[in-house]
Amino acid sequence: MIVFLLRRLLQSLAVMLAVALIAFTLFRFVGDPINGMVGQDATQAERDALRQNLGLNDSVVVQFGRFVGRTVRGEFGLSYQLARPVNQIILEKMPATLELSLVAGLIALLVGVALGVFTGLRPRAASSRFLLAVSLVGVSLPTFLIGILLILVFAVWLRWLPSYGRGTTEQFGWWTTGLLTIDGWRSLIMPAFTLALYPMTLIIRLVRAEMLEVLRTDYIRFARARGLTTRAIHFGHALKNTLVPVITVAGLQFGSVIAFAIITETVFQWPGMGLLFVQAVQNVDIPIMAAYLLVVSLIFVTINLIVDILYTVVDPRLRSTIQRPA
Amino acid sequence: MTPPVLSVRNLRVEFASRRGVLRAIDGVSFDIAKGEVLGVVGESGAGKSVTGLAVIGLIDPPGRISGGEIYLSGMRIDNLSPEELRRIRGKRIGMIFQDPLTSLNPLYRIGDQLVETLKTHTNLSESAARRRAIDLLAEVGIPAPEKRIDGYPHEFSGGMRQRVVIALAICAEPELIIADEPTTALDVSVQAQIIALIKRLGRDHGTAVMLVTHDMGVIAETSDRVAVMYSGRIAEIGPVRDVVQSPLHPYARGLMGAIPTLAGDAARLVQIPGSMPRLSAIPPGCSFNPRCPFAFERCRIERPEPIRQGTQAVACHLYDTAAKETAA
Ligand SMILES: Nc1ncnc2c1ncn2[C@@H]1O[C@H](COP(=O)(O)OP(=O)(O)OP(=O)(O)O)[C@@H](O)[C@H]1O
Ligand SMILES: [Mg+2]
Repeated sequence: MIVFLLRRLLQSLAVMLAVALIAFTLFRFVGDPINGMVGQDATQAERDALRQNLGLNDSVVVQFGRFVGRTVRGEFGLSYQLARPVNQIILEKMPATLELSLVAGLIALLVGVALGVFTGLRPRAASSRFLLAVSLVGVSLPTFLIGILLILVFAVWLRWLPSYGRGTTEQFGWWTTGLLTIDGWRSLIMPAFTLALYPMTLIIRLVRAEMLEVLRTDYIRFARARGLTTRAIHFGHALKNTLVPVITVAGLQFGSVIAFAIITETVFQWPGMGLLFVQAVQNVDIPIMAAYLLVVSLIFVTINLIVDILYTVVDPRLRSTIQRPA
Repeated sequence: MTPPVLSVRNLRVEFASRRGVLRAIDGVSFDIAKGEVLGVVGESGAGKSVTGLAVIGLIDPPGRISGGEIYLSGMRIDNLSPEELRRIRGKRIGMIFQDPLTSLNPLYRIGDQLVETLKTHTNLSESAARRRAIDLLAEVGIPAPEKRIDGYPHEFSGGMRQRVVIALAICAEPELIIADEPTTALDVSVQAQIIALIKRLGRDHGTAVMLVTHDMGVIAETSDRVAVMYSGRIAEIGPVRDVVQSPLHPYARGLMGAIPTLAGDAARLVQIPGSMPRLSAIPPGCSFNPRCPFAFERCRIERPEPIRQGTQAVACHLYDTAAKETAA
């Protein structure tokens, strides 16, 4: 078990290092950073001095090592555009994105599993067919279109919900939250739903398919032959067996929820990391882009680790195969 | 006289399919008395499993029991509500399926599966149910049950898992056990142990047992009576010794000719020339007539009903006294 986790941890580190390399090359791609830092009339001597100071004359490997070192300490330099430390800017924007993604992820998971079980237990019912047809729309419509449609209906026509921003937020240390006010929730509901729709439909379909499959297994038939109640069979024996694949997909989907937040945040002008990233791309603000890349990858890798641990909690067979590595 | 534990009368089971209604069981009748083991044999698709599932009320749509009656200790059970049937399943009728590797939920400790079943059917407290579960595991021959009770199914061998399955089937002390090929999926070396266990449990508790198997050797060793099924009907039924030594039905004669003297690996049914008709193409008259060396005209027109012949009952026109002269 420990060995397995250590191996996973090492793999995660390798992934992060690869992402750091990409972020590092981003900087080198845009050309000589000295040009952006000094005035037109700087002398060659001034340029050389700066170059020496910044360590740009060192070998690539040494520079990369330094870059990794700074990254680990959370130093991403100054934003070209805002001229402020990047880590400050990211920290300001992170709560908005995490709250949006978390709420969207929870909606997707809870509604997805509930509807998946419902449609799995009644595969032939009209209500199930209707839900599946609607969910197909959810998978096939692009996120930005759904977002714009929602804004049109609920913000422009009905005027029930604000069309952009986070509403009122409150401050806890560096964390700002919109979850404590009605206004915050009113602003959150549309973007969260938009973001949740795609993973939710995936989870519905997955849980449904797994449920149908599990209900056909011998152990469910044997559970029925033992006279267990329908409830114990459906929501105990069957549901628990659908969880392993659901955890995988839900975990991966949560990662992509954060990535897809870029689009949703742009549509709803949600002041999070995604919107920040889009603006950074427009302004070729490399430090912010690099930092965003690293932070999102870190979240991805962390989720994957959690998923691996959850597997072994749910499935005892994995626990023992992991204990005795082949 | 007390009624038999299980009494099946004229059972009919049908499956709705695209090609119309298929009749998988067509007029099956038999009894099993207290403490008696009824062996059920027949080719694949003869309807052995469907009969067992019908008794325990687990025929799922598109299938349904379309006729006949099933009595458990005199009480009619085929027309009960799903909830009433559920209360009988596991409590008064225990079922053992073929594959112990897939019969147990892989994510639950075996103790939890036992305790859950016990608490569904009895008023035992959690701790009392757990103690009973340990006793049950000991009774079915699992060593160190107080340790093994917290194991997961994958930590048990096939034979041990089938013992756990048996413990689950008998935990509420049912009157009837239906064992559907309980040893087919197991190593030859453990098959005999499992069969012996089922036989011992049946004897110790006076349980009636319906034992479905392909293995005539097993039937000869364990059963009191045997029913030979062919395409959804009982071709012949009677005490094991009589049916094995002097089978009457031409199909049964073919089967018994195939019993090896040494019980063991070769004890499988030998194929009689031809094969059993599919449900969608059952011939009129006796369904065995295309393969029967003694078939005569009546066999192609009229379906034979069971005829008493001493201790046996046989569904064959050859034994109808009126028809005997023509056949000879
Ligand atoms: N769910 C179902 N839908 C349609 N037909 C079915 C279904 N279940 C069983 N049947 C049919 O009922 C007939 C009897 O099947 P059954 O499983 O009882 O055979 P069996 O005697 O147990 O055979 P085996 O030795 O292979 O287990 C078969 O022709 C089978 O095709
Ligand atoms: Mg069968």
